[in-house]
Amino acid sequence: MDFLPWFEWGEASWLGQFVRTSVWMFPVIEAIHLLGLSMLGGLMLIVDLRLLGVALRDQPIAVLSRGVQPWLVRSVVLMLSTGFLLFISEAVKCYHNQAFWVKMATLPVAIAFTFLVRQRFASRDGVVTSWRSRALALVSIGLWTTVSIGGRWIGFSS
Amino acid sequence: MPLVAWLTWLGETPWSIALHESQYAWPFTESLHVLTLTIFAGTAAVLDLRLLGLALSGVPVTALTARLLPWTRFGFFIMVVTGALLFYATPLTYYHSIFFRVKLILLAVAGINVFVFHARTHKSAAQWDETTFLPWAARVAAAVSLFAWAGVIVSGRLIAYNWFECDLQPQSAFINWAASCPATPR
Repeated sequence: MDFLPWFEWGEASWLGQFVRTSVWMFPVIEAIHLLGLSMLGGLMLIVDLRLLGVALRDQPIAVLSRGVQPWLVRSVVLMLSTGFLLFISEAVKCYHNQAFWVKMATLPVAIAFTFLVRQRFASRDGVVTSWRSRALALVSIGLWTTVSIGGRWIGFSS
Repeated sequence: MPLVAWLTWLGETPWSIALHESQYAWPFTESLHVLTLTIFAGTAAVLDLRLLGLALSGVPVTALTARLLPWTRFGFFIMVVTGALLFYATPLTYYHSIFFRVKLILLAVAGINVFVFHARTHKSAAQWDETTFLPWAARVAAAVSLFAWAGVIVSGRLIAYNWFECDLQPQSAFINWAASCPATPR
């Protein structure tokens, strides 16, 4: 299936043109996207570093995991909504951009892994650092690093 | 002016030109600068949310300041090194950038806030460790921190946009003054 007609339609849509034709809209949304990145990355790292056993070792994993969950959801929602606005304003450029497709291929995996695997594993009572927790943390860090590098590289590889 | 002369010289050094013109070194440094935000600003923001009673209320404040702040400092160190490298690549561009100047001011605000928090407020942290609602001094410090660092990130991101560059005249008298634009030929 070829996405190009969809992307062209998206960019030509009212919303795409609304962001595209404004001088300051894209930069401001991009800056908010970056604030979301800081927040999301920090929340991910706290649990991942704890699962690796290298930070906050005296705190139970489940307390940290459950504690960050509401902000994790908020950050992901913020990232997805601002990211969508950035995307739709330059959808055709994204279509021809390899970094964009790297990001789009890893992003759903990263989100599914985080909420269906990692958060479920880490939020159970009594879970402790193990080879399994370390493996989950490494996969999590690997996935999100790929997503974020892919995202940053969209701007460089145009 | 000596500073401008020095920055001009700095921007003409071989390593500065090499970094500025490199195909991969500059984007790599910039990406590292941006992605390290997660380690630095992300962990700092989580501590701020805890101080405001909005996240991780089950975790004692001193556990976060003792076990999370080393990561925040590690992130800050990488931010400063990569930031200095980016500045070194095009010193005059940053010098004349309004957003860079705003960023430096906000960095100073955030820095003073960090200093006051650790020199005064955090001294009594053990007493309010387990509570959700902390003394106002701690909550004000957290709110100032969140807004100042968010401002640093936003102004840092906007440096990439040339709306107020000295080369793009005419600019308003205020912009020319705030960016220390050299007098333009008529």
